[in-house]
Amino acid sequence: MLTRRGIGIAAALALSAGLAQAQISDGVIKIGVMNDQSGTYADLAGPGSVVAARMAVDDFGAAKKGMKVEIVVADHQNKPEVGSSIARQWFDVDKVDVIVDVPTSSVVLAVNQIAREKNKVLIVSTGATSDLYGKACTPNSLHWTYDTWSLGNGTGTAVVKTGGNTWFFLTADYAFGHALERDTEAVVLKNGGKVLGKVRHPFPSADMSSFLLQAQTSKAKIIGLANAGADTINALKQGAEFGIVKGGQQFAGLLVFLTDVHSLGLNIAQGLLLTESFYWDLNDQTRGFSMRFAKLHKGAMPTMGQAGVYSAVLHYLKAVESLKSDAPGDKVVAKMKELPTDDPVFGKGRVRVDGRKIHDMYLFEVKKPSESKGPWDYYKLRATIPAEQAFRPEKDGGCPLVK
Amino acid sequence: MSEVFGIPTQALFGQLLIGLINGSFYALLSLGLAVIFGLLNIINFTHGAQYMMGAFCAWFLLNKLGLNYWWALILAPIIVGATGVVIERLMLRRLYKLDHLYGLLLTFGLALIIQGLFRQEFGSTGLPYAMPQALQGGQNLGFIFLPNYRAWVVVASVAVCLGTWYLIEKTKLGSYLRAATENPQLVQAFGVNVPRMVTLTYGFGVGLAALAGVMAAPIYSVSPLMGADLIIVVFAVVVIGGMGSIMGSILTGFLLGLVEGLTKVFYPEASNTVIFIIMAIVLMIKPAGLFGAQK
Repeated sequence: MLTRRGIGIAAALALSAGLAQAQISDGVIKIGVMNDQSGTYADLAGPGSVVAARMAVDDFGAAKKGMKVEIVVADHQNKPEVGSSIARQWFDVDKVDVIVDVPTSSVVLAVNQIAREKNKVLIVSTGATSDLYGKACTPNSLHWTYDTWSLGNGTGTAVVKTGGNTWFFLTADYAFGHALERDTEAVVLKNGGKVLGKVRHPFPSADMSSFLLQAQTSKAKIIGLANAGADTINALKQGAEFGIVKGGQQFAGLLVFLTDVHSLGLNIAQGLLLTESFYWDLNDQTRGFSMRFAKLHKGAMPTMGQAGVYSAVLHYLKAVESLKSDAPGDKVVAKMKELPTDDPVFGKGRVRVDGRKIHDMYLFEVKKPSESKGPWDYYKLRATIPAEQAFRPEKDGGCPLVK
Repeated sequence: MSEVFGIPTQALFGQLLIGLINGSFYALLSLGLAVIFGLLNIINFTHGAQYMMGAFCAWFLLNKLGLNYWWALILAPIIVGATGVVIERLMLRRLYKLDHLYGLLLTFGLALIIQGLFRQEFGSTGLPYAMPQALQGGQNLGFIFLPNYRAWVVVASVAVCLGTWYLIEKTKLGSYLRAATENPQLVQAFGVNVPRMVTLTYGFGVGLAALAGVMAAPIYSVSPLMGADLIIVVFAVVVIGGMGSIMGSILTGFLLGLVEGLTKVFYPEASNTVIFIIMAIVLMIKPAGLFGAQK
């Protein structure tokens, strides 16, 4: 394990003792990885995202280029008020230039305000709410890896088109769940499906049986899980126990990470459809990156959130190099939108005016135990959703930056 | 079909049954806490971590030693109970004469350390634990599909709870225990080894937590945080029932399971706060708890 520290105890990594450049604020580019280091989202982001950020700094060759980069880490505990106070401390006192990762949409929306106010940079990888590039978009924030709209669009469309036209939502009761439910419901309705009911469960909830029973009573063909992490795992596990699938209903996991499938085991997860923007076994580049990552992270393959942090930090550093400055934040973000993106994780792509980074999304199906060659060999590709169609069109988001 | 407040009665029965199942876990856990508090005067905040250790112990026995669920039901409480004995001997023992607060701080600190260590080793997502063959499947009761495993949890929990109550309230051993709480010197004068009895009582309470952990392993994710999520609720249950009251904590456990189950139907958003609302109300009206004796 590389580092796992609490709030305030930041792990600083000085990668170069090169001469400070005058244009870089305080002579050092300071990257803050803010996520859940110890709770329900720690495995899908957490310390793995820090590993990914370090890899990006190394691969960029910051040291050779004479750029001094430091990475600091904090645990926001999935609480908006904790995230806000860390962000203020980082921007005001610790001179952090950019915050990356940030799972938990309620924290994302809180930190987003602060990054704008202080004119710094926020690049969200694991956080999901599509409002970040819609009505909450700012010139200081970017949405990098995936979002609720692209998940609903990927999984929702595929499920409705294969006959799953009546839905019941199990929704985590906070900004992320609401956004995911809203975006998926729109897709279901657009494709001629119906939503028979929904229930909002507290976040996090260990016992899903009561909610599952309500879903069962609704007689909907599809139970859409608008939640994540341990909540999704528990719903699927207990759904198997209560005979949901045997009774003819099906689950649609709207946000399922590779680590969740790893925890569930293929016996329970098999056949599940899910949408992701990254899987380690897609091509030679993703395999190369993931093998290097796994060596540094206890043999675990990266999730899309962690891979996204790598991609985001790499592109941020390119923009800073090209600008020869890391401030003010809106200038850096503008530069990031101007430069095309290219990395082993997502291949070639670009960043839109509304702050949405676009690349292909993939519809995967979880393998049967007999099809899997071993740990982490979990997905087979069902469809590729081209970058230009994978995310909400710029004009529909209501982002004031789009004219 | 008849309805209650817009919910079909049949569905309501199902929800009540599920509430009862969750209540079984509350009852088992709050029972252990009540035993420890009643006899040792220690507020055992490590209880959640010990519950988690029980689940991990089951996982370890199955995956590393090939011992199945039924072995785990016996071995995990003994193994985790033994760690409890060590904790009592080395640390808790020194705190009996001090304010409750010190015991609370110590056990809370221990809980954080134990959880941290497990998280470091196993991550936070959790590990899969297969349901025992014999208890797979379920019965269709008409109003609900009841998994066999859940039925087993209710039966086992009721049996363990009543057994413990009987042991403490109705047997000679239990009367020694209760006497030792009231007046340790006097009981010691009769030739009873009170310190050892207290040590074993703590071990027993911890064993109960581990047993609940083993029972939870096949239905919840076996994760380092599973206890932390539950322990706060269980504390509320103990407070509502009356600190130290054995029967009180059992009944309150099942009762609050039912209340929570109903909340999940009528207003799911409040289902994780309803217990605390009840706690506040009970504390205002009857500060010693529903079944607690006024001291």
